[in-house]
Amino acid sequence: MENASDKTSTAPLRVKKQYFTFAEPPNEMPLDSGARLGPITLAYETLGRLNADKSNAVVILHACSGDSHVAGYYGDDDPRPGWWENMVGPGKPVDTNRYFVICSNILGSCMGSTGPSSINPKTGRPYGFDFPMVTIRDMVRAQKHLIDHLGITKIMSMLGGSVGGMQVLRWCTDYPEMVISAIPLATTTRHSAQAIAFDEVARQAIMADPDWQGGNYYDGPGPRHGLAVARMIGHITYLSDESMRNKFGRRLQNRSSLSFDFAGDFQVESYLRYQGAKFVERFDANSLLYITKASDYFDLEHDDGSALLDERLTATKFLVISFSSDWLYPTYQSRALVSKLKKNGCDVSFCEIDAQWGHDAFLLPNKQLDSIISSFLNRIYHESRNNAAR
Amino acid sequence: MNPETTQLDKTRFDLQIIASWIEPGSRVLDLGCGHGDLLLLLKQEKQINGTGIELSEEKVARCIERGLTVLQGDFSEEILDYPAHRFDCVVLSQTLQQVMNPKKLIPELLRIGKRVIVSFPNFGHWQVRLQVLLTGQAPVTGQLPYEWYDTPNIRVISIKDFKQFLRMTGIKPVKEVAINSHHHDENGHIIKYLINLRATYGIMMLERSA
Repeated sequence: MENASDKTSTAPLRVKKQYFTFAEPPNEMPLDSGARLGPITLAYETLGRLNADKSNAVVILHACSGDSHVAGYYGDDDPRPGWWENMVGPGKPVDTNRYFVICSNILGSCMGSTGPSSINPKTGRPYGFDFPMVTIRDMVRAQKHLIDHLGITKIMSMLGGSVGGMQVLRWCTDYPEMVISAIPLATTTRHSAQAIAFDEVARQAIMADPDWQGGNYYDGPGPRHGLAVARMIGHITYLSDESMRNKFGRRLQNRSSLSFDFAGDFQVESYLRYQGAKFVERFDANSLLYITKASDYFDLEHDDGSALLDERLTATKFLVISFSSDWLYPTYQSRALVSKLKKNGCDVSFCEIDAQWGHDAFLLPNKQLDSIISSFLNRIYHESRNNAAR
Repeated sequence: MNPETTQLDKTRFDLQIIASWIEPGSRVLDLGCGHGDLLLLLKQEKQINGTGIELSEEKVARCIERGLTVLQGDFSEEILDYPAHRFDCVVLSQTLQQVMNPKKLIPELLRIGKRVIVSFPNFGHWQVRLQVLLTGQAPVTGQLPYEWYDTPNIRVISIKDFKQFLRMTGIKPVKEVAINSHHHDENGHIIKYLINLRATYGIMMLERSA
């Protein structure tokens, strides 16, 4: 029943960042805002091999500040693997010996895809705040161009956590005939007031930094301090009271008594500062503004009906997963999603995984998560093959 | 990596009977599905389209590992989302005695399913009666293995009680069988006479009256 390729080695994968450019003027891509954008480049990486009937494609959608480097190494001297190395790779739950995995960087980001830090062909300078507002739907629309370019018409499974989960859901509502199965993790159908509030504080931290310069800071140092604070706020929402208590408690950093100044006494302060400083080195402040806004705008319950109540969705199989200590997108929001899908008559499974790590839990190694994702994909893989054989 | 197989004769006796009542290819909802034994059996032997609801994360994960569709949650609430006639058959096996509001639940199950199959331990069994009579204490038997202080069973039902309940609520039992089997045993036999005295479990298939 299995391919011989299922049994290949578990050696680390070598991957390469690739680029796909489309929507060249005058065929710019229309955006939800009414603006048009082009040309658009998406950075993407693929792992594994697309089979002959193109039925083993698994699309992974990254979260807010992620990138296309989902797993594997760029070269022998690459010190760090991709961001979901524990989930994706040979012999991993998303087994690249069996599935063809595609992960692209979202529109509006700064990790190789077109975003506010890209050069505006009209001016020869970075877009800055001239970059049009993009939505989750625009990101998905751009991804659809890439998937079409790769010649894939049916996606065996799409999975993503957080803002990646929003993209999964948007794919399902906008291109239901293409999505055979979907795994939205630690996500929501719409941001709560609390989630919008945290995003707004993060944006204000950036925009209040004098070096932000109204978004046109690419000749200067940029809002390094504001961006670091924005990331610190984000990090707090990704953790939980319990995980911070266990990880840091009130422990002091490199000292045995209080300093009686503001240099930073506690381990948690030091951790947040480190995370903030690290983020500034790799991420663009404007991109964070655009992406947080896109996630705030995302709303599948908009107007008088839910975008999820659609009979075209009934053929898609869902595995919805939440985490008990996630207070950014708490379990009740996943349950609301499941409730809509049930009303639709969808084949939907739901599991709340007991984890103390807050929202971040979806990215951390977890045996329960590994085994249910691996088994769900295995089931879909066999069902698709049986259907094809019929 | 292929999904495991299960066998009819290795399955709990009441589940064997329930399985025999379910039409091939039908849409089945199993409430309190545990590790998914019944759903897996029905999927393999009758190609049903099944969904389970289960409270425990560990059991839900096990069901998903077995390739089943399952929702983690309290089934009394979870069923409310389903449109009418979503399922051909809803199964409530050995859980009725733990349900807070059976009078509300059973009509609701008949809304979402064309048929409902219920199985429950019979409190009218002679051993139960004898224990109460002789010891003057709450009964503890193979089918009701709990002490009064740790039992999840909050409803005391006999087969006779349940049939009276059906007459009262105007629900029609279209099939019924009484069995004698141990708690989780795959062996058992069907009881034909003096049912309420001799059977350890009652199993009934219900339909809305026209």
